[in-house]
Amino acid sequence: MKYLDEFRDPVLAKKIVAEINATVTRPWVIMEICGGQTHSIIRNGIDQVLAKEIELVHGPGCPVCVTPLEIIDKAIEIASRPDVIFTSFGDMLRVPGSKKDLFMVKSEGGDVRTVYSPLEAVEIARNNPDKEVVFFAVGFETTAPGNSMAIYTAAKERLTNFSELVSHVLVPPAMEALLSSPDNRVQGYLAAGHVCTVMGLEEYIPIAQKYHVPIVATGFEPIDILEGILLVVKQLEEGRCDVENQYLRSVKLKGNIPAQNIIQKVYKVTNRKWRGIGEIPRSGLSIREEYIDFDAEKKFSVGDINTMESDLCISGEILQGLKKPHECPAFGKECTPTHPLGATMVSAEGACAAYYKYQRLR
Amino acid sequence: MCLGIPGKVIEIFDENGLKMGKIDYSGSINKACLEYVPEIEIGQYTVVHAGFGISILDEEEAKKSLKIWEEFADSAAQEGVDILGNPLDEDQ
Ligand code: SF4
Repeated sequence: MKYLDEFRDPVLAKKIVAEINATVTRPWVIMEICGGQTHSIIRNGIDQVLAKEIELVHGPGCPVCVTPLEIIDKAIEIASRPDVIFTSFGDMLRVPGSKKDLFMVKSEGGDVRTVYSPLEAVEIARNNPDKEVVFFAVGFETTAPGNSMAIYTAAKERLTNFSELVSHVLVPPAMEALLSSPDNRVQGYLAAGHVCTVMGLEEYIPIAQKYHVPIVATGFEPIDILEGILLVVKQLEEGRCDVENQYLRSVKLKGNIPAQNIIQKVYKVTNRKWRGIGEIPRSGLSIREEYIDFDAEKKFSVGDINTMESDLCISGEILQGLKKPHECPAFGKECTPTHPLGATMVSAEGACAAYYKYQRLR
Repeated sequence: MCLGIPGKVIEIFDENGLKMGKIDYSGSINKACLEYVPEIEIGQYTVVHAGFGISILDEEEAKKSLKIWEEFADSAAQEGVDILGNPLDEDQ
């Protein structure tokens, strides 16, 4: 119980762990969707204090990890143009493309800037009317409110030198794709609390019913995660498959309506390819016709892109919960956070990076 | 990018027609857009994602969870960055 002592509230943590372990009678496989939760689970050793019947598998919930290689290569190509200021969240800079990453574009003299908010990219466009300012709009439903607001604001101000390279992904369709795969092992889900904060809980109800899996919206702190696991295990043991909300302090049934409104105004649902997984129907967002002038893919005709994935990397199987990072032959050898071969080693929220950082070798 | 950080609203202002706020995250202060939490007031806590407040947190719950973010800030400091990933020597 060494890890539990480091919790904010070790007494409560021990109590919840004891309750989980007293509830479980059979083996169950539970997937946490979100990379932030994966990180917290490994960092706090949550997987190691639970009864051996409970296996936690790590889901595809890291946008850095699932952004397709073609899009990274497109970003690199656009960022290399002399008239472009390319802006991005910092964690995309080191994601390896086929030949290089955005960081290398920057060191070769490209104007690549990290921003903390997409509105900073709009500000850069305001201040540099003679340059094309492109923002790399990646992420799940959590960054979509901001990224759509950036286009909405730019359109209002007629900032025609602003555009977005959009590679937005949606969580529920991916959850459903994993469940419908013949290889599926997942029996219960911890849904990502912040995605639910934006989108609400209603879209999970049909998934829970159709595939008979409990889905619990869960926060990010160790105590949240333990409570989420307890709610899932109780449902599994009782044969229920409900949508429940552990993260009450932030998640409302209907989600954040003003945020959903702007997302819908600017973006539309589209099929999207997930790195390592493949195309998932209706699992992404792209820019609507009305805002097409702000679509970097339309603005910059990027020629044929031939992508090249490392053939050692098994991140696809890891993102589907089929394998763990230490089962990859390259893990910790050819592939480390300083020399990542796959995206799951780049992002702090990637499972390989978390396993490496906390030396989880078994 | 996915880290949603709870912070306290310490100032509210308008910028380019958008409701903005100054947010205190366990000592690091940064700007966030508050358009999606239109009813938020100074002193309330919000979860901020990539520069946008996405929910108003229940205050008691938020206070309980702040300690863990202080730990995050500490471990980030050991890596030379603040909780938002900005280098510590770059004064903001
Ligand atoms: S350890 Fe590296 S090569 Fe192996 S799956 Fe993870 S990212 Fe890919």
